Amino acid sequence: MPLRKDLKKVLVIGSGPIVIGQAAEFDYAGTQACRALKEEGLEVVLVNSNPATIMTDKAMADKIYIEPLTLDVIKRVIEIEKPDSLLSTLGGQTGLTLSMQLAKEGFLDSHGVKLLGANPETIDKAEDRQSFKDTMEKIGEPCIPSRVETTVEGSLEFASEIGYPVIVRPAFTLGGSGGGIANNEEELREIALNGLRLSPITQVLIEKCISGWKEIEFEVIRDSKGNVITVCSMENFDPVGVHTGDSIVVAPAVTLSDKEYQMLRTASLNIISELKVEGGCNCQFALHPESMEYAVIEVNPRVSRSSALASKATGYPIAKVAAKIAIGYSLDEIVNAVTGKTYACFEPALDYIVVKFPKWPFDKFVYASRKLGTQMKATGEVMSIGTSFEQALMKAVRGAELKVDSLNMPMMMAMSDEEIKNRIHPADDVRMFAVFEALKRGMSIEEIHNITMIDEWFLGKLKNLVELEKWLADGELTKEKYNYAKKWGYLDSTIENMSGQKIPEEFKRSASYKMVDTCAGEFAAETPYFYSTYDEQNEAKEFIENKDSGKKRVIVFGSGPIRIGQGIEFDYCSVHCVWALKELGYEAVICNNNPETVSTDFDTGDRLYFDPLTKEDVKNIIETEKPYGVVVQFGGQTAISLVNYLDELGVRILGTQADSVDAAEDRERFNEVLEKCGIPCPKGETVFTAEEAKESANRLGYPVLLRPSYVLGGQNMIIAHSDQDVDEYMEIITRTKLENPVLIDKYMMGTEVEVDAICDGKDFVIPGIMEHIERAGVHSGDSISVYPAQTLSQKIIDTIIDYTGKLAFALKVIGLVNIQYVVYDNEVYVIEVNPRSSRTIPYISKVTGVPMVDIATKIMLGETLQDMGYKTGLVPNADYVAVKVPVFSFEKLHNVDTHLGPEMKSTGEVLGIAKTFEEALLKGLIAAGHKILHKGGVLMTVRDTDKAELIDIASKYEELGFDLYATSGTANKLNNEMIATNVVSKISENKPNSAMDVINEGKISYVISTSAKGRLPAKDSVKIRRKAVERGIVCLTSLDTANALADCIAMNKTINDIDLVDITKI
Amino acid sequence: MITSGKKATLLLANGMEFSGYSVGKQGTVIGEIVFATGMTGYEETLTDPSYYGQIVTQTFPLVGNYGTNSFDKESDKVYLSGYIVREWCELPSNFRCENTLAHFLEEQNVIGIYGVDTRALTKIIRESGVMNGAITTEENFDKEKLLEEIRAFNIVNAVKSVSCTEPKEFKSKEGKRKVCLFDFGYKYNIREELLKRGCDVTVVPYNTTAKEIEKMDIDGIMLSNGPGDPNENVEVIENLKEIMKLNIPTFGICLGHQLMALANGAKTEKLLYGHRGANQPVVDVDLDRTFVTSQNHGYAVIADTISEDLGYVSHKNANDGSCEGVKYKHIKAFTVQFHPEACGGPQDTSYLFDEFMTLIDGEDK
Repeated sequence: MPLRKDLKKVLVIGSGPIVIGQAAEFDYAGTQACRALKEEGLEVVLVNSNPATIMTDKAMADKIYIEPLTLDVIKRVIEIEKPDSLLSTLGGQTGLTLSMQLAKEGFLDSHGVKLLGANPETIDKAEDRQSFKDTMEKIGEPCIPSRVETTVEGSLEFASEIGYPVIVRPAFTLGGSGGGIANNEEELREIALNGLRLSPITQVLIEKCISGWKEIEFEVIRDSKGNVITVCSMENFDPVGVHTGDSIVVAPAVTLSDKEYQMLRTASLNIISELKVEGGCNCQFALHPESMEYAVIEVNPRVSRSSALASKATGYPIAKVAAKIAIGYSLDEIVNAVTGKTYACFEPALDYIVVKFPKWPFDKFVYASRKLGTQMKATGEVMSIGTSFEQALMKAVRGAELKVDSLNMPMMMAMSDEEIKNRIHPADDVRMFAVFEALKRGMSIEEIHNITMIDEWFLGKLKNLVELEKWLADGELTKEKYNYAKKWGYLDSTIENMSGQKIPEEFKRSASYKMVDTCAGEFAAETPYFYSTYDEQNEAKEFIENKDSGKKRVIVFGSGPIRIGQGIEFDYCSVHCVWALKELGYEAVICNNNPETVSTDFDTGDRLYFDPLTKEDVKNIIETEKPYGVVVQFGGQTAISLVNYLDELGVRILGTQADSVDAAEDRERFNEVLEKCGIPCPKGETVFTAEEAKESANRLGYPVLLRPSYVLGGQNMIIAHSDQDVDEYMEIITRTKLENPVLIDKYMMGTEVEVDAICDGKDFVIPGIMEHIERAGVHSGDSISVYPAQTLSQKIIDTIIDYTGKLAFALKVIGLVNIQYVVYDNEVYVIEVNPRSSRTIPYISKVTGVPMVDIATKIMLGETLQDMGYKTGLVPNADYVAVKVPVFSFEKLHNVDTHLGPEMKSTGEVLGIAKTFEEALLKGLIAAGHKILHKGGVLMTVRDTDKAELIDIASKYEELGFDLYATSGTANKLNNEMIATNVVSKISENKPNSAMDVINEGKISYVISTSAKGRLPAKDSVKIRRKAVERGIVCLTSLDTANALADCIAMNKTINDIDLVDITKI
Repeated sequence: MITSGKKATLLLANGMEFSGYSVGKQGTVIGEIVFATGMTGYEETLTDPSYYGQIVTQTFPLVGNYGTNSFDKESDKVYLSGYIVREWCELPSNFRCENTLAHFLEEQNVIGIYGVDTRALTKIIRESGVMNGAITTEENFDKEKLLEEIRAFNIVNAVKSVSCTEPKEFKSKEGKRKVCLFDFGYKYNIREELLKRGCDVTVVPYNTTAKEIEKMDIDGIMLSNGPGDPNENVEVIENLKEIMKLNIPTFGICLGHQLMALANGAKTEKLLYGHRGANQPVVDVDLDRTFVTSQNHGYAVIADTISEDLGYVSHKNANDGSCEGVKYKHIKAFTVQFHPEACGGPQDTSYLFDEFMTLIDGEDK
């Protein structure tokens, strides 16, 4: 069936901010969908609260609303835009749930909006635990013994029936939030209570635990004619029990015989056919390792993280095909863009193996539990492609940026045999490295299998690597050994380390590239999608030669896996750079290894290399591509850290040069630059030991800011108020060998201001100045950031413009530069300069209408700001105020203190756009998922230094009609100021009417909690903050935020009182 | 797999050489090189008689992951001549695993080679078409002489070489119908699908005549898959012309499909490199549905040669439009090019066996 004639204008709902369990994959899916719709001449209306996405770009849709993803907002958008249809399946769980609610309420029908992709019946059948089970029973697909429960008592009763351990799965939650495995009654009581609370319909599934079975997934597609195919099978390295988002995954499944494979494939087709999904669907199975017994674990009737992975693993664009199906096409009508010869009803055949490796945030959250279970914890992932599992795994591990280039993890090597044995089970983020270490120490495959239930096939492959490494270390490095190591994915530097020998020059070989073509070579494909291996034939080289367009080639290095501090915004920048390059008549080549992103879509660039971003991997690509130049400015720290190496290789670096990057990062050189420009910065020194640090801190005067000199996302940064703090910090930081010094700075508690500028060497342009609500001390990525700046005087603004220009010129910036300032006592100080793209580029580009990456790219290639019509200085303010609000994934990470500080904790962000600051802030807070209540209680427990300042804020909340609660110290202070405050006891006092009790009693709408020191999960303050997270209460850990929120509440407006903004009209 | 085996060489008719290592039996074997794209089901491929005379390349690089077992065989032994893989798995893992791939090949006297860039090889075959070649484990072979032999090689008497010589009966549980299965090199699962549906199956030699069939008192005829050039089977084609006159409901698969077409005066052609894999989309014209099918054929029926009087093309390959099935008008027969019996590959078209049952049962009423 061709395009439905009744469709003209389609509403697409995005997935909102990046949180654990819902990340960049939905920007990829949404972007593909929008493009597919526009290709068909349909008008696209988009709603998404996430400004860092490609899909909210003007090129992607006709109308774009960066607005909170709430029912009310979507309804208003429908009323304004009057779309004739709504595409429900491409915006993750968020988009799906909203669509379903709209359909069930009858809102879509009454407004003449057709639901595309899936209907409520389908969604219910897949997501409501009981109807899912009934549906599976009807078609004879086995499920795990389970029962839906709505109470803790019921849960306990059923568990005693089927026996422990049991898994608790709350209904309708993201990434399995609030679920877990309970081994006994006590544990079940706790997990079930939490799960019931988190489930929007107060429902949990209590299920027989089948830990240890193989976990297999199929990605399936169905059209309205009933045609069904599977795109890809996947097998988890970690058996059932670890969330698939936290598992190492291979594609295709490797340990299944054809009988098992076809059994599960057929089951997948039966399921999607019964659910009548029109589009993509993910089916997860548990397969008994010693029989043909299997069970359906879960079905997601929409595109998902797995479908993004499957798309990248096979070259089959699931989201695009799903979008086309939703608007009427059938699989036999959609041409496979990869081959141009086959149709979308052709199942991809792979002639390589794919490994996905998750990226966890535990380097940031040192106190978080690293144990992996049914609750996903990874923020991102990498994918690698190889001709052997060994090769793909080695590439994945080094691509994950774990500071290792093989499976040898220093931490494991230092452990005793007993410790290693204890580390291989239960699973945590470094379990595979422990398994590798165990194999190295001679533990048998059988024993490891019995403990971990990891399939022997995987263990055998790891054992191969153990053997290879022994061989490398034993005797002379022969050519045979070298070639073996290369085929199994070892870097030259790793081979040299392991063998203790230099590789003879005549051995050395460069990687060859193979094409990902969906058909295992059966048809001649045109896909410019490559991965490295070590064979004779170099398909990328042939491709380049055969298709030589005479255009200059430019390689853009991407940003690798999504992690805290380096998120989707860098993908936005990389993709825009590619687009700009193409527009300028260059051939744009992308190198990246993140399967969730738009940049790794095979038709984003002119060529895609899906490989890690290490020196040698990058060098190989350069040898094949022989580019005119390379771009490192847009790929975050991952790409920028390559700059010196690329410079050494003699490659032309477009834009700001390596020396400038060094001048900004090297403390001494940077100070010289500042001195030359006459720009002040907080006083600081560099130290190596705790003694030096304390001396230095006393010289500067507390409080001081401590951080390692190599920083990403504020890793390991603290504000120290005393010698004791310094000692504690230095103890942690010196646990690993210190190669770089620790920086110690005078901490100035002023207003933080951030600027992104573009410089061509002659002129510079600042599209906007952003002011942070929270004063310096809270990481810029975690601060609420306001554009345009609200409180700065013209004199300060002029100073900032002046400093920005001076710094850009002094550092010889060509392209983008991000500068962070602190305004303290009416003086402007520079905190940090990053001569590269930043987190704020997408949002500031969108609200100011200045396409920063486009301009920067053009500048790198010789155009000037003047040519493009820009004048030096600050661009006049837009008519709107835009407030960026960070979003955290604290529900997913137990034991993590939510107190904000210099170390970044947010995983994503949303934007609120409105005419006034307060309105924009309200939108932003609601978009970030905060429940903004106009009554109830405010619980306050603040550090001594904050008590004086709390008075005004508390009085604002009192005037707004809130009941105030505080622990004795704070309460006394407030009561003395005639602010009526209820005293609650401290948790540690173990008395009635504690802070915890008032929260549990549901009396509290907001928690204001600051503490001098946090992090340790046992502290009262941390417990209160964690409790707030669990109960979904807004918890403010900075007085500035509390103050701004009070002003916001004082407007006495709801989101419905504020106009929605189509940003294409800005 | 740190231990490299003995060196082996793959020599193509065009003179190209690939070096690798020996797996399975040692020696020299000549055959027609084809590639198969299925990612699972290598044991089924190895034991599929349709590969008689061929050297099969697996495009998926990791072969032997789950070993081999005694349940997944599609015939009594391996009929293909040689086997090419990138990597075979020394430590297979599966609860039914009984043997490693290498041991199995050795037991079955199959000469194999591993360590070959199978993608590069596949692309050569894709461009130039099916090509003869040889695998040898000889270190100092006479290249010119071997090339001569390679170029002179032809698969002959394929069907005769793989077919049984005596009829054999298999009883089903229900015994509802009697079907005669022509063994042109049949895959076990064709028999199983029939037994499952309550058909007693008599497997008969490829050259069984109409007279012999007539004596058997059967309800249906199943024409099996098999190897080689369909036109070579002159005797069978002549027999089929007579058998058709008995008007017994007939279902043909793969070679059976081609032979039926030839017996009806249609023509076949050799495809450049054939369809061999588990992912071929086929449109069922009557249902207006597309199914993913398992395929293994180097020849195809030319669609234009199916005249309107004869019948119509009931199935088409969604990619290249080639003929994938015929429904006959004047006789109760339908045939398909692909493998509804799967093994290996998708089971999506097993409904055709049900249609065969309907065709048979309709006859009884």
